Amino acid sequence: MKFKYVKQEESYNLKYHDFATLATHKLNMHYLHLIGVYFLMIKKVFGRMTRPKILRKLIFKEIDDLIIGSLGIVAFISFFIGAVVAIQTALNLTNPLIPKELIGFASRQSVILEFAPTFISVIMSGKVGSFITSSIGTMRVTEQIDALEVMGINSLNYLVFPKIVAMLLYPFVIAIAMFLGIVGGYVAGVFGGFVTSEQFITGLTEDFIPFHLIYSFLKTFIFAFLLVTIPSYHGYYMKGGALEVGKASTISFVWTTVAIIIVNYITTQMLLS
Amino acid sequence: MIQVKNIHKSFGEAHILKGFDANFIKGKTNLIIGTSGSGKTVFLKCLLGLYTPEKGKILYDGVNYNKLEEQERRDLRQQMGMVFQGSALFDSMTVAENVRFPLEMFTKQSKSEMSDRVNAVLRRVNLDGAEGKLPSQISGGMQKRVAIARAVVTNPKYLFCDEPNSGLDPKTAIVIDNLIKELTEEFDITTVINTHDMNSVMEIGENIIFLKQGYLEWQGDKSQIFKTDNEAVTDFVYSSNLFKKVRQAQLKGL
Repeated sequence: MKFKYVKQEESYNLKYHDFATLATHKLNMHYLHLIGVYFLMIKKVFGRMTRPKILRKLIFKEIDDLIIGSLGIVAFISFFIGAVVAIQTALNLTNPLIPKELIGFASRQSVILEFAPTFISVIMSGKVGSFITSSIGTMRVTEQIDALEVMGINSLNYLVFPKIVAMLLYPFVIAIAMFLGIVGGYVAGVFGGFVTSEQFITGLTEDFIPFHLIYSFLKTFIFAFLLVTIPSYHGYYMKGGALEVGKASTISFVWTTVAIIIVNYITTQMLLS
Repeated sequence: MIQVKNIHKSFGEAHILKGFDANFIKGKTNLIIGTSGSGKTVFLKCLLGLYTPEKGKILYDGVNYNKLEEQERRDLRQQMGMVFQGSALFDSMTVAENVRFPLEMFTKQSKSEMSDRVNAVLRRVNLDGAEGKLPSQISGGMQKRVAIARAVVTNPKYLFCDEPNSGLDPKTAIVIDNLIKELTEEFDITTVINTHDMNSVMEIGENIIFLKQGYLEWQGDKSQIFKTDNEAVTDFVYSSNLFKKVRQAQLKGL
């Protein structure tokens, strides 16, 4: 009787093990499939081109929507993040042996290396990313994408390519974020009485490595590409109605953020270490 | 003329179109009717080239769409106009920009030529004065007329309409039906309309095909549909109380 019981348990474990393996395998295949679809989408984006005259109009519209429309929030966030970094650094400088110039130095390094390119890109994945997903998703739901396809237009090129071109100006946004972040640090540090203007500027200019700017702008270009293509993918391939458009926007925000964080780690490992 | 031969289309396990032949006549309004789930929309999307059938042929004036190269397919698609169920107008464009869109994409006309053509088509669908309005600022019936104008602005050889009068009041629905019929005759287009509206069938049904569970169950015109003995067709036609009463009156010889 005991023997029989063990056999049953083994059989159950075996079945469970098989089921878990199968489920994991299916899940892996599912994600691999989605990644494959994403890369095929990118190939199609650069496929048959829309007429240059139309494309020019679309690019200017996208620059207005994605770049100009984001400047306000980017400026606001950058200024205050820079200010907070300066105050936090100042408050942690309890050792009198550490020079006050470190406040300027830390503000510069934090803003240029991480806060401007990465933190702003995460914010942009919420602002620009969800805008892209919801606008393309709504076009899918209301059959506007089908209408483009029926007319013989490469809908992916028409919808996504102008956004990619517009986002080539994204480093310009990040440059503004860097500048305003440092200005925020200066204002908070100097006017908050934590550091003198001379000390802050000395810290700001000390040990500056120009390659850090190249590193920042390089990863900014990659983030710009992710900020367009991942939300476009989620909008273009969504199915359902208005509720699903909302869900797709949320999912696209999550995946864009995840991709930015992972790419940030890889580029930092490759370029700085 | 569009000829369909032994068309098959499946999605996974679901076999939607199970192999049938159909002809759509040039210069006539051809209607595809059938209950929900009969395969009408899938069939229309196959005709439009949005879905590729696994088996069978679709011949556009003798040309097999599935045998064409990518460029030839695009050229053929540019001869097709489509009116979607929800109109599918581009939200960010005005009425005139929506209608001008296919001209900008596919023709080398000058701006003034395009404007003349757009104005002429908008006049034809009784929409002069609405050029500058956005789709959200006009009624459902007007949106349908803009969609029709956009579909015919390039003088297509084939016009496809998916439930063109769904969501419209009966009076506006008749206006849309008649407009499609008039344009079909005027421009000698092969028009295919997907509908389950019996008023449309009575109004403009010159060549009707009835689909049932992926098969072509019946083909005829509006005069024949009320006389047929086909049980599936009579079930569909006389499902509304109004038509039931007409049928009873017919049987009584009234």
